[in-house]
Amino acid sequence: MEVLKIATAGSVDDGKSTLIGRILYDTKSLTSDKLEAIEKTSKQKGYDYLDFSLATDGLVAEREQGITIDVAHIYFSTAKKSYIIADTPGHVEYTRNMVTGASTSQAAIILIDARKGVIEQTNRHFFINNLLRVKDVIVAINKMDLVDFSEERYNEIKADFSTLMAKRDYQDQHITFIPVSALKGDNVVNKSENTPWYSGQTLLEHLEDLDKKDIYNTGTPRFPVQYVIRPKTEDFHDFRGFAGKVYGGELSVGDEVVALPSQTKSRIKEIYFYDKKYQTASRRSSVTITLEDEINVSRGDMIVKVGDLPTIDKQFTANISWMDSEKLEPGNKYVVQHGVNKVLAKVEAINHKINPDYSGIDTDVKALGMNDIAEVTFKLNKPIFFDAFKKHRTNGSFILIDTKTNNTVGAGFIQ
Amino acid sequence: MKDTSHINPLESEAIYIIREVAAQFEKPVLLFSGGKDSITLVRLAQKAFWPAKIPFPLMHIDTGHNFPETIEFRDKLVKELGLELIVRNVQDSIDQGKVKEESGRYSSRNSLQTTTLLDAIEEFKFDACIGGARRDEEKARAKERIFSVRDDFGQWDEKKQRPELFDMLNGQIELGQNVRCFPISNWTELDVWSYIEKEKIEIPSIYFAHKRKIFLRDGLIWSHSDYVYQEEDEEVIERMVRFRTVGDMSCTAAVFSDAADIASVVQEIRDSSISERGARIDDKRSEAAMEKRKQQGYF
Repeated sequence: MEVLKIATAGSVDDGKSTLIGRILYDTKSLTSDKLEAIEKTSKQKGYDYLDFSLATDGLVAEREQGITIDVAHIYFSTAKKSYIIADTPGHVEYTRNMVTGASTSQAAIILIDARKGVIEQTNRHFFINNLLRVKDVIVAINKMDLVDFSEERYNEIKADFSTLMAKRDYQDQHITFIPVSALKGDNVVNKSENTPWYSGQTLLEHLEDLDKKDIYNTGTPRFPVQYVIRPKTEDFHDFRGFAGKVYGGELSVGDEVVALPSQTKSRIKEIYFYDKKYQTASRRSSVTITLEDEINVSRGDMIVKVGDLPTIDKQFTANISWMDSEKLEPGNKYVVQHGVNKVLAKVEAINHKINPDYSGIDTDVKALGMNDIAEVTFKLNKPIFFDAFKKHRTNGSFILIDTKTNNTVGAGFIQ
Repeated sequence: MKDTSHINPLESEAIYIIREVAAQFEKPVLLFSGGKDSITLVRLAQKAFWPAKIPFPLMHIDTGHNFPETIEFRDKLVKELGLELIVRNVQDSIDQGKVKEESGRYSSRNSLQTTTLLDAIEEFKFDACIGGARRDEEKARAKERIFSVRDDFGQWDEKKQRPELFDMLNGQIELGQNVRCFPISNWTELDVWSYIEKEKIEIPSIYFAHKRKIFLRDGLIWSHSDYVYQEEDEEVIERMVRFRTVGDMSCTAAVFSDAADIASVVQEIRDSSISERGARIDDKRSEAAMEKRKQQGYF
């Protein structure tokens, strides 16, 4: 089974919730009771069309204000794939939600209102999806019905967006433009008769065709140990299994491996998923492995292949997305959670702040506030085993935890 | 088989989450209702720690109005797997005067469970409660985190939720706080049923079509039972029905069905056009029903 996670980004009134509602409606994913609720509420509000946004706007506060204020998850499936959409709000102040949504997604949909074209917000949405290295970005030029399905307008917006693309850091990101009307359903699931000049795929066709192998290709194998399994029963007296999820590539029985931080070498003896043995642990599977030699491995350690070591260091520089109302300042201490490993970290320096709208950097920065993105250097109390984010999307990322409130206050992408 | 690429990514994700709970918390517990979602969680927990035993107990908050089939099933499962089961009763909370039994046409003990649950969390000092809630069940659930921090009063503040990035789960809490953990957050109803079919997991008999005395109200099928309030003019009839979700008898509606085995149930869900919570009477009370219950500490 294939599961594809998609993030959405758009400004207020770009019709994001409507687009999601439309996808659900056209893939027949809305159940009759949900549809009934939408019809009832749309009628009460006096609309002469179905307000699909009601399918996703979950919280009372949101329904009252008619806006989306947090990440919601929406599920639908086709014969080919299961989809999870992270519906993230598009206001300026909610960068943190967009970063959160993009972090778990392999594809992203950026909405543009065809009447307004590329606006400051669009730069931000693109910047974040590029920073987070989301593999596939769909630029959905929405509300085409309100510009008479004009090919000229579509091309104008495409050209404007292309100037943004030239500035991006992650150049290999796939980008696809699609003219749509979420309200009327053009080119979302079904091909539109109103855009004879557009020969590309519909939004859903594009998602259906994304290649799993390509999308999850995120570097070499890394096996962070989550849990040590020692049953101490008669049948499994000497069993010592290392439980965890495989990131990046694959690990196979017989592979020569190194355990970090001890740097002790061994070989993979067995790979279990539940009570069955396998030759190879594929990426993203939660397995339990045993080693030929009795070596000391505990939670937070990492098993990697010989000759393919990550960087082992007590210091790193990272781009961080700050998510808390308390400021980040040099000298502050946080817990860095890198995968399942936790260490204490001190902010050495804020090197510069990055304006997420491609308007450059600020070098004279004393502190970071909510939604700021910046390059920061950290010193750690113990070494961690990391790769650069651009080489390894999972082993190059971490979260920052406030030592007083225990809240997750930031996310980082190691350089 | 040679490699593990055929394994459902949702299953790997759930196992990863369950292992994180066991590793990050001192006293986790799995909240077990006897419903299909919590039964699925038990299987996933078995897989996560095999060949070792599940390293935490199960806890059932018993409303006293459960389907007898569910209780029978619960006891059998616990015995077979050699698990530790804790049961706390809503009746005790009522007797102690902590909650008041509802009365009238829509009376249910469902919302009373919250008090009993919070008391039990305090009694055992549980710092993490694993639950089978899924985001596809309901709109307010769609915003729930995988690790959802509750304050001393067990309450959920949707504005203070921690962002969850990549698959890193932050389980750090202060004394007195606890975390609700949802390993199958990203599963849909169909995912759960398909998994039960594939894994050949046993589930209580009420999930399959059976003859039952029922009555109709507001377009929903209610069980005829001592626990369910019934008007005199509400006529009792006998029909083939099954349950899609199993809660308290007073808040769970049945569906007409002939699906007598798992394959036909899966097929029925595939074809079905009513969402699962459409059969939960407690959500029909108002559009914001679930969100309000959650703020009060409901699971």
